[in-house]
Amino acid sequence: MKTIQDCLKERILIIDGAMGTMIQLYKLAEADYRGERFKNWPSDLKGNNDLLCLTQPQIIKEIHKQYLDAGADIIETNTFNAQKISMADYHMEQLAYEINLAAARIAKEAVKESGKTAWVAGAIGPMNKTLSLSPDVNNPGFRAVTFDEVVNAYYEQVRGLVDGGVDILLIETIFDTLNAKAAIFAIKKYFRETKKEPLPIMISGTITDASGRTLSGQTLEAFYTSVMHAKPLSIGLNCALGAKEMRLHIEELSQIAACYVSAYPNAGLPNAMGEYDEKPEDTAHYLEDWAKEGWVNIVGGCCGTTPDHIRHIAEEVKGIAPRQLPIVEKELV
Amino acid sequence: MSESIYIRPYLRLSGLEPLVVRPDTNFVNVGERTNVTGSKKFARLIKENKYEEALSVARQQVESGAQVLDVNMDDALLDGVQAMTTFLNLLQSEPDIAKIPVMIDSSKFEIIEAGLKCVQGKCIVNSISMKEGEQKFIQQAIICESYGASVIVMAFDEKGQADTKERKVEICHRAYNILTKQVGYDPQDIIFDPNIFAVATGLEEHNNYAVDFIEATREIKKLMPLTKVSGGVSNLSFSFRGNDHVREAMHSVFLYHAIKAGMDMGIVNAGQLVVYDEIELQLRELCEDVILNRNNDNNEATEKLIVFAETVKAKGKVEVKDEAWRNTSVEERLKHALVNGITDYIDTDTEEARIKYPKPLDVIEGPLMDGMNVVGDLFGSGKMFLPQVVKSARVMKKSVAWLTPFIEEEKKNNPNVGKGAPPKVLLATVKGDVHDIGKNIVGVVLGCNGYDIVDLGVMVPADKILDTAEKEKADIVGLSGLITPSLDEMVHVAHEMKRRNMKQPLLIGGATTSRMHTAVKIAPQYNNGVLHILDASRSVTAVSSLLSKEKDVLLKKTKEEYEDLRNQFLNRNKKELIPYSEAVITKEYFDWKKYKPVTPAVDGVKVLKSFNLATISKYIDWGPFFIAWEMPGKYPEVLSDKIFGAEATKLYNDAQKLVEKIIDENWFTADGVIGFWPATSNNADTITLQTENGEVKLDSLRQQLKKAVGQASYSLSDFICPAELGSDFMGSFAVTIHGAKKHIDKFAAAHDDYNKILVQILADRFVEAFAECLHEKVRKEYWGYAKDETLTNEQLIKEQYKGIRPAPGYPACPDHTEKLKLFSLLNATENIGIELTESLAMNPPASVCGWYIAHPQSHYFGLGKIGRDQLEDYAKRKGMSLIKAEKWLRPVLE
Repeated sequence: MKTIQDCLKERILIIDGAMGTMIQLYKLAEADYRGERFKNWPSDLKGNNDLLCLTQPQIIKEIHKQYLDAGADIIETNTFNAQKISMADYHMEQLAYEINLAAARIAKEAVKESGKTAWVAGAIGPMNKTLSLSPDVNNPGFRAVTFDEVVNAYYEQVRGLVDGGVDILLIETIFDTLNAKAAIFAIKKYFRETKKEPLPIMISGTITDASGRTLSGQTLEAFYTSVMHAKPLSIGLNCALGAKEMRLHIEELSQIAACYVSAYPNAGLPNAMGEYDEKPEDTAHYLEDWAKEGWVNIVGGCCGTTPDHIRHIAEEVKGIAPRQLPIVEKELV
Repeated sequence: MSESIYIRPYLRLSGLEPLVVRPDTNFVNVGERTNVTGSKKFARLIKENKYEEALSVARQQVESGAQVLDVNMDDALLDGVQAMTTFLNLLQSEPDIAKIPVMIDSSKFEIIEAGLKCVQGKCIVNSISMKEGEQKFIQQAIICESYGASVIVMAFDEKGQADTKERKVEICHRAYNILTKQVGYDPQDIIFDPNIFAVATGLEEHNNYAVDFIEATREIKKLMPLTKVSGGVSNLSFSFRGNDHVREAMHSVFLYHAIKAGMDMGIVNAGQLVVYDEIELQLRELCEDVILNRNNDNNEATEKLIVFAETVKAKGKVEVKDEAWRNTSVEERLKHALVNGITDYIDTDTEEARIKYPKPLDVIEGPLMDGMNVVGDLFGSGKMFLPQVVKSARVMKKSVAWLTPFIEEEKKNNPNVGKGAPPKVLLATVKGDVHDIGKNIVGVVLGCNGYDIVDLGVMVPADKILDTAEKEKADIVGLSGLITPSLDEMVHVAHEMKRRNMKQPLLIGGATTSRMHTAVKIAPQYNNGVLHILDASRSVTAVSSLLSKEKDVLLKKTKEEYEDLRNQFLNRNKKELIPYSEAVITKEYFDWKKYKPVTPAVDGVKVLKSFNLATISKYIDWGPFFIAWEMPGKYPEVLSDKIFGAEATKLYNDAQKLVEKIIDENWFTADGVIGFWPATSNNADTITLQTENGEVKLDSLRQQLKKAVGQASYSLSDFICPAELGSDFMGSFAVTIHGAKKHIDKFAAAHDDYNKILVQILADRFVEAFAECLHEKVRKEYWGYAKDETLTNEQLIKEQYKGIRPAPGYPACPDHTEKLKLFSLLNATENIGIELTESLAMNPPASVCGWYIAHPQSHYFGLGKIGRDQLEDYAKRKGMSLIKAEKWLRPVLE
């Protein structure tokens, strides 16, 4: 079987679209989230999407399969918030490992059942607490969480994902680079300590507004410089912006990145009702343009995108040559 | 398809912004002052827990050109891990500092790792070495790599620190092989520090140290071309400490040669490097000999440099009054007097010029304006500072005053004189406000630049401002104000200008004004140009642009900027507020059972007339004095500032002399009144005082901004014991300085703006000092809750005392109308003669009032924004109409 590295040399790969948007379509109620096992859990569980890996695994698998059918080469596990710090919102710190394990297995099964060649990326989200920003306006030096706590939480998540059999680790929606650095630290530590063969890492940051910077204030190049040591398979951007707003940042990234470049924007910017209404063909059209410019290696969608978006994107970029890796020089010329 | 992209093997670092060290980068300055071992000041600030101030050291490094910031907390008396963490976390919230990469500097690896945990950018670790063997070196390198940091490797191994070229190269090469082959470091992420040691120490074996470093650098770069070489430069000149002139020259010469050999970066005081070519020839050659170890048999070169250093040290102490300028032409003399602010000869020189020129007006338009243009240019390019400019203005005014009678005389004979007069700028402090120091400074600066200033003074109603502007045909109208209600008045003036169909551009300035407020509230009222002026130094460019053909361009640009600001304001992330009811519940809780309130020694109200001025003067905080003069930097550092120091010192000396005079001749009268009453709170925002005339209810405001879990929403009433838990006390005070006006007017009449502004600023300083002094007496004596207190003036300025004295109209209690209650409690108008204007500004302007609260945990805070729900509740309990409450609270309403 071809490796993902082989395929990236040959064509643009497709990563799946939004998980949350798809879950919403099922209109799940509190009881659905709880399932049998958490029937009597003391806190509300509605909205804990990652928990569905335990309580509604068939729904998650069905969504994965829809994306695989639509043409996704890479699908993301349903684990965006599945580490103990975010899970503490639901008093479910203890379940973090189990959710990651289950999520990875569900995604792997979905791939197997689809009969296609596709890879499972273990999704590692930004978490609900930040290491570079103070939540207290009166005390800019205050931090709600420590680096070591974040490393521990991510370490456990990585353990669950790897035990469940993911092919790639994907650190995504990074708005505070220091959280991402803690995730990288945890991944390096995990593979060093377990002596397992390290998995490829994908890194995807988030530019939050027109300033062109991350929420924690870094420019795109500064962000890339700060995470280079992960020696990632790909670097890219996702979320917060629609393709239209993301264009110039992807162009910049394609010029400076030594590795492959990924991009999965939202389906436009949310409308007044907070909904994403960019049509699949429109999103696909933007991504086709980037592909033609030779800027991207992996494309897909984030918030508001659906299997329909992914299908259109896959069709539009089919046959367009992927971005060539830059020549990384080893000596001064 | 695009062409191939090449990624070059450069050292890449980042803060909020990237730093790429390319072969053509020449030299990377690493700022060294944020180092407790190298900077006494920084060490003191960290030890005293003054982290905010310590940040200013970092900022100064960035401003003077540091491209990387070295941070070191290695001090036996410090918890290095904690200090590093605290400082770096705070630093992240300062984008103008955090933009550059950080070099985490420690000899303790645990401190380095603590630092790495705080910084999102790609750092440099300074340093690791093979001092304790290979295994530990590898272990530490792996950790550094896991954080993505570049590393400095010191040329140090099991046998010790390398001093010869051969040892330096050997150790570096060994470390290189380990890092690249076993740890996985890219060569460009490795930086070597081959040890800079002191030369010219008198010991001959030290004489070749600089050469060893330079030659080792050359060899390292040849052997491992992608690596970088760094070093701590100040070590080199250690034996000349105390003699900065020689040290700076040595550093420059050393770097000149080391950089040529391949040195890439160095830890230097970014603000203190002389240009190699600018070093006087003799010193440069002596330095070259010492550094390159030439002509140095028997320490010959060293001795010569030491002898030279002595001569430098001895120089420059005696100040000779240079009177040579008196021998130049009258035009040159006038210019010299203007630029240097010398009034000694101005009358004679002016008279000489008057006789020389055909008409007296020619003197103004000729040599005087030429001189003032030089002043304007120097000020514009930052080579003169505000106090100097004000002195220049004094010279100008005196000269003009000498000429005025002659001009008047001529006018009688020739009515055409005075045509083509200079542009006119009208200035006024708006109705309800009495503060005018800033406005006066603007007037002087503009006057210096040749504009005719019509100054209407303070508390000027809109009608009078606009009538005068029309009558006098002013070209520009400028408004000033200090207290928040003045903002509304400015909106009103702008509105009136539109109604009257006026054409003049409107300038807005003063402490409470802002670009945002101007853009959002004032500019939309008036179409013919509204500009916010940040400080006096900006007023000149703005006015001159507005009076030139650039006007339309400037106004168009400003209009667009303000449009953007308005959009930003509308789209800003509104701060999240919690409901007022919730804020009340999350109030700050003290353990009242443990608190025993002290009964004030003074019962009721006490008046203190003509308080001793000498006593007060000991409490003066000179920091704001320099801020008022637009001198950047903090007191006392500003006195030794490289650029401003000399001028700041002069200013300070002038002020000291004037303070003496004020005390000796009783220019000021300091009157105060204090009072204390039993008080309780209601667990919400009402404080009830028991006075002899019955109950008085005070209304406080409560923070509503959403905070982190577990953090209280503050209100002053939280600091007073709730009625059901016991009883408590509260006090208040009002202080004022009478008598300043007489002297201000006197100096104004003598065309001496410098002393006029000096008196005004000092009156402010005196009244603040009086408030400080009185507060201390209250704590120790009149209330007596902290009888044993011993605090220095500096500690007082830092508010390290127990209890607080918040002032109505300021951050903790921004509603000015509570001042009415305070005044009636103290009978302040009758007792000490402070009047309140309709905007509730106090007159005389040098007045302060506030509340006294004694609880040891009480503290200052800023209210922040509040919601409609609190506004409604506040209006209701205060018995105020909603519209009125809204008017007074507008600045804090979300």
